[in-house]
Amino acid sequence: MAERNLVQAIREALLEEMERDPRVCVLGEDVGRKGGVFKATEGLQQRFGEDRVLDTPLAESSIAGVAQGLALEDYRPVAEMQFADYSYPAFNQIVNEIARVRYRSNGDFSCPLVIRAPTGGGVRGALYHSQSPEAFYCHVPGLKVVLPSTPADAKGLLKAAIRDPDPVIFLEPKKLYRGARQELPEGEAALLPLGVATVVRPGGDLTAITYGFMRLVTLQAAALLSRDRIDVEIIDLRTLRPWDIETCVRSVEKTGRLAVIYEANRTGGFGAEIAAELAERCFASLDAPVTRIASPDVPAMPFSTSLEHAFMLNPDKVADGLRRLARY
Amino acid sequence: MPTDDRSLTPERVLDAYRTVLRARALDDRRFVLNRAGKLAFIISPRGHEVAQVAAITALEPGRDRFCLYYRNFAAALACGFTPEELMLSAFARASDPSSGGRQTPGNFGSRRRGVIIGSSTVGPQIPKAAGIGLALKWRGEGGLCFVSFGEGATSQGDFHEGMNFAAIHRCPVIFFCENNHWAISVPQRLQVAGPGVAERAGAYGIPGVRVSGDDFFEVYRVVAQAASRARAGEGPTLIEADVLRLQSHSTDDDQRAYRDADELAAEAARDPIPRMRDALIDRGWLTPEGDRRVGEEVSREVERATEAAEAAPDPDPASLARHVYADG
Repeated sequence: MAERNLVQAIREALLEEMERDPRVCVLGEDVGRKGGVFKATEGLQQRFGEDRVLDTPLAESSIAGVAQGLALEDYRPVAEMQFADYSYPAFNQIVNEIARVRYRSNGDFSCPLVIRAPTGGGVRGALYHSQSPEAFYCHVPGLKVVLPSTPADAKGLLKAAIRDPDPVIFLEPKKLYRGARQELPEGEAALLPLGVATVVRPGGDLTAITYGFMRLVTLQAAALLSRDRIDVEIIDLRTLRPWDIETCVRSVEKTGRLAVIYEANRTGGFGAEIAAELAERCFASLDAPVTRIASPDVPAMPFSTSLEHAFMLNPDKVADGLRRLARY
Repeated sequence: MPTDDRSLTPERVLDAYRTVLRARALDDRRFVLNRAGKLAFIISPRGHEVAQVAAITALEPGRDRFCLYYRNFAAALACGFTPEELMLSAFARASDPSSGGRQTPGNFGSRRRGVIIGSSTVGPQIPKAAGIGLALKWRGEGGLCFVSFGEGATSQGDFHEGMNFAAIHRCPVIFFCENNHWAISVPQRLQVAGPGVAERAGAYGIPGVRVSGDDFFEVYRVVAQAASRARAGEGPTLIEADVLRLQSHSTDDDQRAYRDADELAAEAARDPIPRMRDALIDRGWLTPEGDRRVGEEVSREVERATEAAEAAPDPDPASLARHVYADG
């Protein structure tokens, strides 16, 4: 087993699935000879040819539309949106067409495909290379939404997403692309089921539910809190739709305190849904108000370093929020 | 005179004529049922029937794929939907084969017939057809994808994106624009600059053909030519069929509010169905007596279809949440 970072894990998942199933193909802008702007598809076109790794015109609606056409014909397309911010021109294809095709045909048609997109900020990407649009897609019945935060999770969940019979929006935290490396299992051993959260750090005082890059930030915040003898349990959801409510309920019933940490701006973020659902289910167990720790409600993350830092959550900001919750 | 209708036997043309009459008679009945409060919403093909049935007659239902749009009631009949099935859809009954009563009538779909389920948004089927065409090209069995839309849809970005993709990859696709010169109340001069839609094909490096939609043999000929091109691997063709909208946009619209009475009367006098009948009589393929007999048979079919569909059960409310995902 070799050590891989997150973007290498993505590439490895694509490669293994393309070797396993000749129906799997990759399409998007710059995915071919260049191997993707983040190198997630590096070398795949040389290996599988220009059809199976197809450079599309610079037009996201048709990337999604063509992928849907391929899926309807029993291929298993993995479409790349170069940045999640640029998935909006494809919004109608994803939300009105792809997500609803099974329902609106009363089960006669289905659309098994994956749309991959780098998400999130902290990379000096500014307004249009930093957004976290997961809530838009989590709102849509018919879609599944995955947002991994480790190389092993990224590999295992992407393989599962490609094999899933329904459309999956697969968001990859670009801040972690070249982060920590992990040894990765290969083939079937690497597979992870969608919809299962993981308890990243067990603890007894409060529950912190998070996903994506915020997993790392929350772990660092928890280390700060342990100096104050506050013991944080951290759950990484990994899949946002469907999300693992049971694991979260068990934790909140144990700790009686819940914070939800997410990188997107606060209002209407997916963390608001987690907060609402768990407030309803765990009301009798709660000793404090459910707390959201999220980014400010400004249009997006600015380019300047000072403004980017002001926008982004960091271990200190998260620790402050968790401390307030612990002391409530 | 047509030059390429050798395979058009009198039997096939008479069968097509019967389909045209069926579409008209069923549609008339649907309007009566709507005004009687029994059907919620209908989109009429009135004026388009001959063009639609001619186009499908030039193709191979069962082998080819059809991405239809909401005015393609006559095309759906030509693809194999029965009068009773289309009435079930009009009544939104459980046994509506397209969607089990979930979508408005006009969103046709049937996997076994190669009719790809439609939606009510305008234009998304165009890039989807490009993707289906790409899959058919990869499969290399000579199948093609027919995609239809009104001239209003050609203002959508998806029209450009789908045409562009299919042209670049020489996908076996026939783009069939039914130009009735009105998008609800917006006339062609506010939708398209220049003479029309067909000229746009030149920019994509593919043939663009304009044809009189009231001439069964001409529409058949140009679609058959486009099909030969597609099956031979020569890529897509854009066809613009000039048709009349002899009915308001839908049962919720009244075109008398925005169109001149004189113009409507003049168009009604150019109804393509009598013209097709006269052409068949001129060829000696049909007699006035035979025409009367076909008309009576079609009336009885409409009667039976209406009775059966009206008596059919509604969807079970408990089925509301079915087919959101594969496992549900």
